[in-house]
Amino acid sequence: MDLFSLTIHELRDMLEKGETTSRAITESVLNRIKAVDDKVKAYITVTGDAALSQADGADKARKAGKASAVLGIPIAIKDNMCTAGTRTTCASKILGNFIPPYDATVVTRLNGSGSVMPGKVNMDEFAMGSSTENSAFFATKNPWDLERIPGGSSGGSAAAVAAGECIAALGSDTGGSIRQPAACCGVVGLKPTYGRVSRYGLVAFASSLDQIGPLTKDVTDTAIVMNIITGHDPKDSTSADIPVPDFTMSLVKDVKGMTVGIPKEYFIEGMDPEVDKSVREAVKTLERLGAKVVDVSLPHTGYAVATYYILATSEASSNLARYDGVKYGFRAQGAKDLLDMYMKSRSQGFGPEVKRRIMLGTYALSAGYYDAYYKKGQQVRTLIKHDFDEAFKKVDIIATPTAPTAAFKIGEKSSDPLQMYLSDIFTISVNLAGIPGISLPCGFTTGNLPIGLQLLGRHFDEGSVLHAAYAYEQATEWHLKRPKI
Amino acid sequence: MKISKQEVEHVAKLARLELAEGETDKLIDQLSNILTYVETLNGLDTKGVAPTSHVLDIKNVMRDDVSRPSLSQEQALANAPEKAAGHYKVPKIIE
Repeated sequence: MDLFSLTIHELRDMLEKGETTSRAITESVLNRIKAVDDKVKAYITVTGDAALSQADGADKARKAGKASAVLGIPIAIKDNMCTAGTRTTCASKILGNFIPPYDATVVTRLNGSGSVMPGKVNMDEFAMGSSTENSAFFATKNPWDLERIPGGSSGGSAAAVAAGECIAALGSDTGGSIRQPAACCGVVGLKPTYGRVSRYGLVAFASSLDQIGPLTKDVTDTAIVMNIITGHDPKDSTSADIPVPDFTMSLVKDVKGMTVGIPKEYFIEGMDPEVDKSVREAVKTLERLGAKVVDVSLPHTGYAVATYYILATSEASSNLARYDGVKYGFRAQGAKDLLDMYMKSRSQGFGPEVKRRIMLGTYALSAGYYDAYYKKGQQVRTLIKHDFDEAFKKVDIIATPTAPTAAFKIGEKSSDPLQMYLSDIFTISVNLAGIPGISLPCGFTTGNLPIGLQLLGRHFDEGSVLHAAYAYEQATEWHLKRPKI
Repeated sequence: MKISKQEVEHVAKLARLELAEGETDKLIDQLSNILTYVETLNGLDTKGVAPTSHVLDIKNVMRDDVSRPSLSQEQALANAPEKAAGHYKVPKIIE
């Protein structure tokens, strides 16, 4: 048995019994990275020496009586979360040399709990994409099939967890960027309620939608990481000042009395029939476990992608205005004046998808178009949120597929931005409404590619989401499968 | 909706982006496609619907105006491509 293939809770139990050490676990993970990352390409930066010294520190702290569920556990960080002294690139040339002078709050919290950081993982540039092909450095491969995408934008996080190149990872989700890669790579990924996890130190893409969350090998590990990273943070004015439950208390196998809603708008034409079948079977499993299943309608679902590509790009065009060649490391050479320096630095520093979204957002916010696009988008956002409010009057949980298909081939959608955007059709509404959503494995295609089940809950009710996810997971064996690589 | 070359060039200027010839043509097609798709929203009647800018009921967060530990000047400037005398250095603005 290889240590790198185990979960946080399995390793925690072994550590507590003195059956292994953090150094042994960290060495196992670093050796795994050496063995497979040439193929998977999950990591932008591996911080091996620092990880080993953190591991030794964790082993020492344990001997001194320190206890934490993640003490000594290697957790990879998506490269859009600031790590003091360690390059944080956002997979962009414009931040290629950026070394943050401070830690993101989630990183501070993990460090405080004694976890180990093996390195920073790949993503679509500025988290804009669904395949990790938009990284300015290299594309990450799906460990289940190296010719396919791992999903995105947290594709490095998902691929690293699936391939055993870390025990768990953090990702960020603006329109599905945790859940869709989790589905593609056969791991568990949770986007918490907007405001649940501090965004301080997360490089901003669309501030009203961005949220950090865990990618793990099973639901128990998701609850464990959530216990560490959630909570009010005075450094993030949108961080919710409400009590944080112990999420592991939601890990109950029985779902009697729970009502699960099935929205007809999420079972559409053009969807892979194998995905449709697996998700419907997953719903039957929940029913068998005691849940009541009812039909619900989310009538504005069809407008979500269009709404998102107005609002997210508008916010992005504003957030990314700060990259002007003055403060963050990269500056184009040979500019004739200040304006020229801005233009050249931005044009050379941003990749095509980022430029496209800045253009779209700038257009939507420009004089004469604001009402037609931005305001219209905000109004439709209200309608989409209202759909969920109404549905959650009748049900506790909504179950849907995470994505319409399993992982697609590298290059398959990269020439058509709109086709790429549509791969987020089932995840985007969740960010617009701000509710929590999880993706967990619910089957495999005949080509042996993982399929994701998405479970959604009310604002701040991650508890019910984890409860339903855990009950389903414990009744099935999908989460025990690992890719052969 | 078809976006014109002039509009793309104007928006690029607003966004402080310099587009190469081929890039402009590609963006005309791609942005036109996306905007056409986005126009499906026009089929929805949103008269009287309040816009949502934020899903949480958030208010301004205030704190006392007291000094707290912060980055040193050296740390704050550590990533500057060019600096001089404790400041960011940029190309000359005034002749």
